[in-house]
Amino acid sequence: MTTTNAPGRPLSGPTALGGDPRRFLRLTWTLAVTNFKLRFYGSALGYLWQLMRPLLLFGVLYVVFTQFVRLGGDIHDYPVVLLTGIVLFTFISEATSTGVSSIVANEALIRKVEFPRMAIPCSVVLTALFNLGLNMVAVVVFAVISGVDLHSSIIQLPVIVGALVAFVLGIVLFTSAMYVKYRDVQPIWDVILQMLFYGTPVLYPIEVVQDDFPRAAEWIVTLNPFAAIVQQMRHAAIDPTADSAAVAAGGWGHLALTGLITLAILGGGLLVFRRRAPYVAEEL
Amino acid sequence: MPPAVSVQGLSKSFRVPSEQVHTLKERVLHPLRAHRDERFEALRDVSFDVEPGEFFGIVGRNGSGKSTLLKCLAGIYRADDGAAWIDGRLSAFIELGVGFNMDLAARDNIRINAVMLGLSGRQARGREDEIIAFAGLEQFQDLKIKNYSSGMLVRLGFAIMAHVDADVLLIDEVLAVGDAAFQQKCYDQFNRIRDEGRTVLFVTHDMGAVERYCDRAMLLEKGEIVAMGKSHRVGQEYLRVNFADLHAAPEEPPPSEDGEEEAPTDASADEPEEPSRLTDGRAEIVRAWFEDSDGSESGALPHGSRCAFAAVVRFNEQVEHPLFGFVLQNDRDQTVFAASTAWTEERSGVFGAGDEVTYRVRFENVFSGGRYFATPAVAHRGAGIAWIDRREKFASTLVTSTRSTDAAVDIPYEIDLVPA
Repeated sequence: MTTTNAPGRPLSGPTALGGDPRRFLRLTWTLAVTNFKLRFYGSALGYLWQLMRPLLLFGVLYVVFTQFVRLGGDIHDYPVVLLTGIVLFTFISEATSTGVSSIVANEALIRKVEFPRMAIPCSVVLTALFNLGLNMVAVVVFAVISGVDLHSSIIQLPVIVGALVAFVLGIVLFTSAMYVKYRDVQPIWDVILQMLFYGTPVLYPIEVVQDDFPRAAEWIVTLNPFAAIVQQMRHAAIDPTADSAAVAAGGWGHLALTGLITLAILGGGLLVFRRRAPYVAEEL
Repeated sequence: MPPAVSVQGLSKSFRVPSEQVHTLKERVLHPLRAHRDERFEALRDVSFDVEPGEFFGIVGRNGSGKSTLLKCLAGIYRADDGAAWIDGRLSAFIELGVGFNMDLAARDNIRINAVMLGLSGRQARGREDEIIAFAGLEQFQDLKIKNYSSGMLVRLGFAIMAHVDADVLLIDEVLAVGDAAFQQKCYDQFNRIRDEGRTVLFVTHDMGAVERYCDRAMLLEKGEIVAMGKSHRVGQEYLRVNFADLHAAPEEPPPSEDGEEEAPTDASADEPEEPSRLTDGRAEIVRAWFEDSDGSESGALPHGSRCAFAAVVRFNEQVEHPLFGFVLQNDRDQTVFAASTAWTEERSGVFGAGDEVTYRVRFENVFSGGRYFATPAVAHRGAGIAWIDRREKFASTLVTSTRSTDAAVDIPYEIDLVPA
């Protein structure tokens, strides 16, 4: 028996992406659409429920920070800024908390069917992205009512959302692969998620930090990609007079570092997932 | 023609951690612990070729590595060593209906399943109607499948499997589910797949199915190939391996790597309750056993072979022309066979105190597979029954057969089909 006359394709075992990228994309899309549909299936008020979480959080924070603690009082369009930040954070929170356990939750599938493994975490992020789109509709309605003008800089939106997706995808890929072996990744991530929320100028505007600790404000935006994203979103879509991410970070050099951190998170996540993907079926 | 599936030197081992590290915390606190892993070798240097259009059976006991082999071929596990080539499109069915979403209707599930198995969206949509028709679910296609009966779910899963154009199919005991009517449908489908000339690798415990469908088969034991060839021969070998152990001292079953295979047959459940004995003390039956066709003592008798029952009688007093015999009962307590010198040997002889005699009944093993109990007896000659010694269910044996029928016996027969 020689290997030279062997026909067909050699088996390589399971991989993150599989041999056929179209199959990976198709599967990711199908899974995401299914999950998205399921959320609204059989519930006439489905969309309202979807909005409820960010809206409630917004309501509470808005009352607290405009009436009791006057943090956002002198900030231009503070309610819209606050709501946008919350909706963006909801995306991160939703994608990552579902994402961490996604591989384990689909154990039956992974142990019994061959398919590109990365489709699972990617579909989780895609579903969250659909929800972000829905939530954004509410933000736009709210912004129009509040009298926010449309600026040409809105065209930056796809880039900003792209950066956000890269950041989140990296985290989801890394944590979902690690969670297969180490089950305390989930509580650890929950803590980090809380830190991310308070380490980002969402409920407090960056100006509050800038007034007292100008250097700290720069480092927050530089080292935390989400802070840069939120800041740039505010600058591009709501209030052009607010600092852009580059200004808030203290220059383009610093913002380049933010970009590198984002890419490192995405790259690291991809790398770890690719390395673990062939073995997740037996480690589950 | 080049083989459809070619496997060369495939090996796969799993880590069996002596102390499983489950958390990052433990990992940090005990950085050296993970190095004490042991490895369990599920497959060792497995090589075989499957010709195009062949129906190839992979048999073995729990933990023999057959599911691991299938999962390596299916691309679910990565093999440690060796290589495998598949000529054409491959579809693996480890379980029916994996990935079904209970909150969706049949149509959506078909689409998801088909995309997962590698069809394009258009291909999946094109086949939906056909699949629903095949499963006979036209009336229920808009119902959420959580409202389906289990039989309907299985039908849907099987219909999808049958409609993925694969040149090579890997099937893992999916037939073990469903009612008799559904199983029949599966078998019909099997015949169709075979007639279409597709290559099938079929993993199973069911030797009957192997003999019926497989052209060739392979027997795995502890991760190694122990037999390969005509399915009938492999089937016999499987029974020999399987029951040799059952007869020997009870052994811990080897760890099943996924724990999803059925529990091994429990031999102790077949033991008789309290064997009763009738004796007048003039002689005693000391020992009884079964012999296989080679004349050696055996706990398992292959169906269709010539075998024997033997017992040793020791006389305590002189007895003239006693009768020797035994009855054979199956595990349903039906007497399937009785043999006695009463009908063959009028005068068996005169035995004095201290004499020992072995009597042996040779017979053709026409019995169905299962456990059998022998009750040997020695009796006084004459009218009426006067036992000297009778030991109820004193010996037992397993009849191994690849056919499973409900009948007590399975005698040789021929069937002619004559067109009217």
